[in-house]
Amino acid sequence: MKEITLRPKEQPKVRLEAEVINPAVFAGKGLKEIEGLQIQLGNTRVRLADFFEVSGARVDDPKDLRIVIDGDAGHTKRIGEGMATGEILVRGGVDMYVGARMTGGRIIVEGDADSFAGQQMVGGELVIKGNAKDYVGSSYRGDWRGMRGGTITVEGNAGCENGEFMMGGKIHIKGSAGPFTGLHMKKGLIVVGGNAPRVGAQMQGGSIVVAGKMEKLLPGFWLEGEEENLKIEADSFEGRYLRYSGDHAEGNVKGLLYLKKPI
Amino acid sequence: MSLILKNGIVYDPRNGMKGEKKDIFIENGKVVEKLRDRKAQVIDVSNKLVMPGGVEIHSHIAGGKVNVGRMLRPEDRLKLIMPRTPLTRSGAGFANPTAFMTGYLYSKMGYTTTFTPAMPPLMAKHTHEELHDIPMTDKGAYALTDGNWFIYKYLKEGDIDKCAAYVAWLLKATRGLAIKVVNPGGTEAWGWGKNCTSLDDPVPNFDITPREIIRGLMEVNERLGLPHSIHLHTTNLGRLGNYVTTLETLKIPNGTKAAFDRQVMHLTHLQFHCFGGDTWKNFESKADEVVKEVNKRENVAIDSGNVTLDETTTMTADGPMEYYLQSLSHLKWVNKNVEMETAPGVTPFIYSNKMSSSSIQWAIGLEVELLVKDPWKIMLTTDHPNGGPFFRYPRIIAWLMSRKYREKTMAEVHKAVQDHTILPTLDREYTLDEIATITRAAPARAFGPLAETKGHLGVGADGDVSVYDIDPRAFNPNDYLEIEERFSKAAYTVKGGEVVVKDGEIVKVVQGRTLWSSPPVNEALAREVMKDIEYSFKRYYSVNLANYPVAEGYLSGSTPIVTKSKIA
Ligand SMILES: [Zn+2]
Repeated sequence: MKEITLRPKEQPKVRLEAEVINPAVFAGKGLKEIEGLQIQLGNTRVRLADFFEVSGARVDDPKDLRIVIDGDAGHTKRIGEGMATGEILVRGGVDMYVGARMTGGRIIVEGDADSFAGQQMVGGELVIKGNAKDYVGSSYRGDWRGMRGGTITVEGNAGCENGEFMMGGKIHIKGSAGPFTGLHMKKGLIVVGGNAPRVGAQMQGGSIVVAGKMEKLLPGFWLEGEEENLKIEADSFEGRYLRYSGDHAEGNVKGLLYLKKPI
Repeated sequence: MSLILKNGIVYDPRNGMKGEKKDIFIENGKVVEKLRDRKAQVIDVSNKLVMPGGVEIHSHIAGGKVNVGRMLRPEDRLKLIMPRTPLTRSGAGFANPTAFMTGYLYSKMGYTTTFTPAMPPLMAKHTHEELHDIPMTDKGAYALTDGNWFIYKYLKEGDIDKCAAYVAWLLKATRGLAIKVVNPGGTEAWGWGKNCTSLDDPVPNFDITPREIIRGLMEVNERLGLPHSIHLHTTNLGRLGNYVTTLETLKIPNGTKAAFDRQVMHLTHLQFHCFGGDTWKNFESKADEVVKEVNKRENVAIDSGNVTLDETTTMTADGPMEYYLQSLSHLKWVNKNVEMETAPGVTPFIYSNKMSSSSIQWAIGLEVELLVKDPWKIMLTTDHPNGGPFFRYPRIIAWLMSRKYREKTMAEVHKAVQDHTILPTLDREYTLDEIATITRAAPARAFGPLAETKGHLGVGADGDVSVYDIDPRAFNPNDYLEIEERFSKAAYTVKGGEVVVKDGEIVKVVQGRTLWSSPPVNEALAREVMKDIEYSFKRYYSVNLANYPVAEGYLSGSTPIVTKSKIA
């Protein structure tokens, strides 16, 4: 893969919105053109080069292109939004909406991500090595059609309402998650390695696996049995799990919740 | 200030112009024979299509439920975003554009008058606040009267004069232009979890039937000499087999005389009322049977309520219908009870070309338009946003003008259209004269005396004109994409003699007038009815009577229409 590097200059207090940080947008453009790409700062338009130093050489095929943000982009929203191919590597944190509506390619964030990471994601891979805030892999505000495909991995902890209205794909939170993960979930898989309270509210389908403790199991979940060394499609989970169906507060329920049994 | 539009090809159905080359002169906001002003602005519109400014008769652009629709669906905003420009404000929303954006979008299409058809009286202030924020067009709102306890009581007592005096008070209090009747009786029944499922199904606790409410309000309307007839969304909207109710509704006006040369009943969004079949599997179009009846009747006019095959937000004052719709779609929904007046609802709906029902509804809308023989009886609407957003009108115009375009779309929709509708057999292609009729002249005529100034370009008309970059003499209906594009972006829109749109872009922002009806009532009768109003407000309403009426200062460009009432 060929790289184009963005080195953050002094960052503004007001957040930047830079959906142009996307291999398909960079591909076929010379450095001058990339430097001139318009991004949003509050209610004004600025140039990408006003806040990022651009280096590298022109790459024609976005498949071969890795955009490296060499530093912290914690004040930049919408990195890789709608991305379809190629790669983005951020050697720091990102603001909201990283990888929102992405359909393919790969994004790796070495630091933390703000809310709505991978919102309404359709395909591809999003890895957050630090922590994520709320709404990982959620739907857009008000929409009943959430994440449809692809995988999101958070190696640290995540906030509330992850996978809200999820319709497919996989979210793996290796640390703990906040309340209401899997809210309104319809399909797909959410795995929480750590603790997670009040999981699966109003879920109608899909599976949630919690390997840590779960406080406050919601009353709409019914214990169905126990399973040893769980298998869900291609994924397997060691240990003994309690299997619940739910959330029976909804009609026509096919949701499954697996809680690891403490040894 | 004066303006000459030179050498345009004019379509002006009211004045019998079908593509004649003619200069249009406008002075002080009105069309004149000749200009006195020698320094008039001259615009060369050679070989361009010139029509009167568009008149919208039924589009939910303001009112409580429009705003509820915006709150219910933040995700709708993502689908259409207009950034601000030095002249215009920013806006967003596909099914429910924000208020300012609504005005801009209409103006870009060449529309200059827009009426919103469902103002709950208790929410009149809010409705006018929203209308105030819609620039570019003249506006008006129809007051909902379908679930109104006063009206039930007076009609039940057979006291048409008192009922008329009450309605006159209501129109003045709410600054309403016309009377809207939605699922008469059904919206009151909904307060008890019930509905009225036929024209003779009595309203719980009131012992009055939908038929009696429609008939009574029709009489009231003509006695008050209101510009428009009653504007009726009849019983059983969107229900399977509802065409039977529609056929019966069409017979109600028998013998009723109109106060003006117009219909006595406007039956709105007919598409939603032509459903045959008793399961969604055998759902079929009955547009042919219903329109046959429309064609026979001189005292009825309709609008189409086309479905545009988009994802939209439905919103009607018909609470039970919206509840029924969400029970089919399982999507989020809102119902609201407006005290003694009405009960609206809101829910999103996706008209998908893969679904047989949506596809059949798309076909019914076009069948209605293609089967009505006299274009003066039918007006183009989508019942925005119920059948689709209003800015799809250019696409509907292209479907009407091009059989080839319809065939292309028929190949892309569900095959049920082939045997559950007769659209494939309809060859008719609308002419530009007919398009000008259903979007300008006919909706103006439906408003009686308003037709003197709206929907035509004769001397004395408002200086509202739209010019499109279409040469009617070198024009091919098979270029349907071009028709759609050109009608979407007026070459010029002129409002009150000022150029407000050029090449599809807003070049001047103007604030239109607000039209409302002011029917005089004799003092003794008014005083008697006022006693009832005071009593009921104390007893039942959540607001004080003094806080109910909309002060005239609320309106932008308040324009009362004082009628020739028979109870003056
Ligand atoms: Zn309507």
